[in-house]
Amino acid sequence: MFDLDRWDEIFETIRKNKLRTFLTGLSVASGIFILVILLGIGEGMRNGIAREFEQDASNLMLVYPGMTSKEYKGLNPGRRIQFKNEDYDQILRLYGDKLDKSASLYQQWGQVLTYGKESGSYQVYGSFPSYQVLENNTLTTGRFINISDLDNSEKNMVIGQRIKLDLFKDEDPIGKYVQVSGVNFKIVGVYTDPGGEREESRAIIPITTAQKAFGGGNDIARMYLTLKPEDNFDKSVAASTQFTAELDQFLKERHTVAPDDNSAIYVNNSLENAKRFFTLMDMIKLFFWGVGVCTIIAGVVGVSNIMLIIVKERTREIGVRKALGAQPLSIIGMVLHESIFVTAIAGFLGLIFSLALLEFVGPMIETQYIYNPTVNFTVAINTVFILVIAGALAGFFPAWRAARIKPIVALRDE
Amino acid sequence: MINITNLHKSYKMGANSLHVLKGINFDVAEGELVSIMGSSGSGKSTLLNILGMLDEADEGSYMLDGVPIKGLSEKQAAKYRNKFLGFIFQSFNLISYKSALDNVALPLYYQGLARGERMDRAMSYLEKVGLAKWSGHLPNELSGGQKQRVAIARALASDPKVLLADEPTGALDTKTSYEVMDLIQKINDEGRTILVVTHENDIAQMTKRIVNLKDGLIIEDSPVSQVRALDHV
Ligand SMILES: Nc1ncnc2c1ncn2[C@@H]1O[C@H](COP(=O)(O)OP(=O)(O)OP(=O)(O)O)[C@@H](O)[C@H]1O
Ligand SMILES: [Mg+2]
Repeated sequence: MFDLDRWDEIFETIRKNKLRTFLTGLSVASGIFILVILLGIGEGMRNGIAREFEQDASNLMLVYPGMTSKEYKGLNPGRRIQFKNEDYDQILRLYGDKLDKSASLYQQWGQVLTYGKESGSYQVYGSFPSYQVLENNTLTTGRFINISDLDNSEKNMVIGQRIKLDLFKDEDPIGKYVQVSGVNFKIVGVYTDPGGEREESRAIIPITTAQKAFGGGNDIARMYLTLKPEDNFDKSVAASTQFTAELDQFLKERHTVAPDDNSAIYVNNSLENAKRFFTLMDMIKLFFWGVGVCTIIAGVVGVSNIMLIIVKERTREIGVRKALGAQPLSIIGMVLHESIFVTAIAGFLGLIFSLALLEFVGPMIETQYIYNPTVNFTVAINTVFILVIAGALAGFFPAWRAARIKPIVALRDE
Repeated sequence: MINITNLHKSYKMGANSLHVLKGINFDVAEGELVSIMGSSGSGKSTLLNILGMLDEADEGSYMLDGVPIKGLSEKQAAKYRNKFLGFIFQSFNLISYKSALDNVALPLYYQGLARGERMDRAMSYLEKVGLAKWSGHLPNELSGGQKQRVAIARALASDPKVLLADEPTGALDTKTSYEVMDLIQKINDEGRTILVVTHENDIAQMTKRIVNLKDGLIIEDSPVSQVRALDHV
């Protein structure tokens, strides 16, 4: 390896056989190039999906009721479940230390909002201040409903951008009053939502006010819960999966639902969905590895073939070398060394070229599904290892052939 | 220097085998210049290959400078070839992409000499064969005679005990052949043992002893009064 003369020999043969070396190198370089680019794209896809999920509070759990489908403890199936404030309070009492943010929601469909001559039919939600974060709403003006609004059942209202445009046009809505079924609500803020128009056609008021104004008693339509964040994604998934199961069991008992009845209470865990995507992503990544490694194998077989031809071409030379005192090991070393050297250099070039491409072109790729394609250091090191092994493999058979060449056969005059 | 007794060699070709050497007894003393003659297929090259440890006899014994040559591993054979023997071939067998100097230095590389010393030694042998000026040239830039002289310098480079030449003038015209023989005679004058396989009688007359092979046996082995090649150039 550190034998200077050996290096001399190799540089000499390479110099004298430029085209051959170039072609050999090209197949390896393109193999590595394809592998790294594929891995980069795989990583980019993962990043893209991760970003999609980051947009919503991705560990959000949505809890909403349905209808029983099984008879249980003398109760007929087909019973509609109704969540109450007490359900929500009880959950907070039991699981408060695990929860990060939470809100319950009282919902009114198709309420007519009137401002002056303008009016329209919208959804009215009664909820908590944390609703804003949980639904990812951004205020364009004013404020969101706050705790004192809830405590005092204030008739304050935050409206979506759509409602603002419909009812107020260019007018500043802050401090103006909107009438809903005979009750006046004061506009305190306007929000936008990345979810778009449909999610901006809602009016948010304190839940306390909503339940009184619309005769809702203490009914609630659904609950939003997020867990405190964990160190990493897998832990978060594990924690939320466990919590989901606990919550499901708790609510089923509380509402006398059969444990195996899955249509009465829904706990929708968005992390689970994310996890499914990530698992899929990992499969795709594995597939990319497979394809990449196959390309390299094809490259190695190519190198091996070329080296075999070279050994054949050099049969006579090898015979001469042996007659002059070359030992079999030195012949093996010569062929292996050349093959490893050529694959390593070519592979490095492919690696550098592909990394440069990812580095400079990668950030420009901004589609929904690919984001910041990169290859991390470990992967780069792995490919280098693969390279050296590939070089050794590619050289092995030709070298073995060369070592077995008999000088008398090689030197026989034709 | 060389002691051979009852040497047998046959080649197997499928079912039948060809008995090429049928009991050769043959001694060569240090400083001799011997030519081996015989018709085509008489086994000259086979004998020389066995002497050169490129091939092994089936039977009989072979001693080289008091060392028994038998059952050598490839590694051992390579080492002995490098240490004891220099080869000169009919078709020169220079390495085409190496300069004359690098070709001459190759046996020294396999001897494990440092680069500087290798080049010095190789250069002095190139001077000896009168090709110092051509040291940087590739073989295909040299004439046949020049190539053979490079090959001779290479054979000498490792300072071997015996030079083995298989038809060294076979590919050369008469004038060039005599020049090469002149060189071989001068090397022999310095005391080196040399064996030359040849077809040509005039070449054989330039050695000191002619061994005649026929059908795998030595039929004649006689000294000659040496003709100096220089007189005919
Ligand atoms: N490797 C081998 N396998 C089979 N037969 C061989 C082999 N080498 C030589 N022979 C045969 O052995 C016989 C002697 O061959 P050898 O090369 O020694 O002859 P030679 O005297 O050198 O002839 P020439 O003058 O033509 O060079 C020939 O008949 C040849 O065909
Ligand atoms: Mg012959």
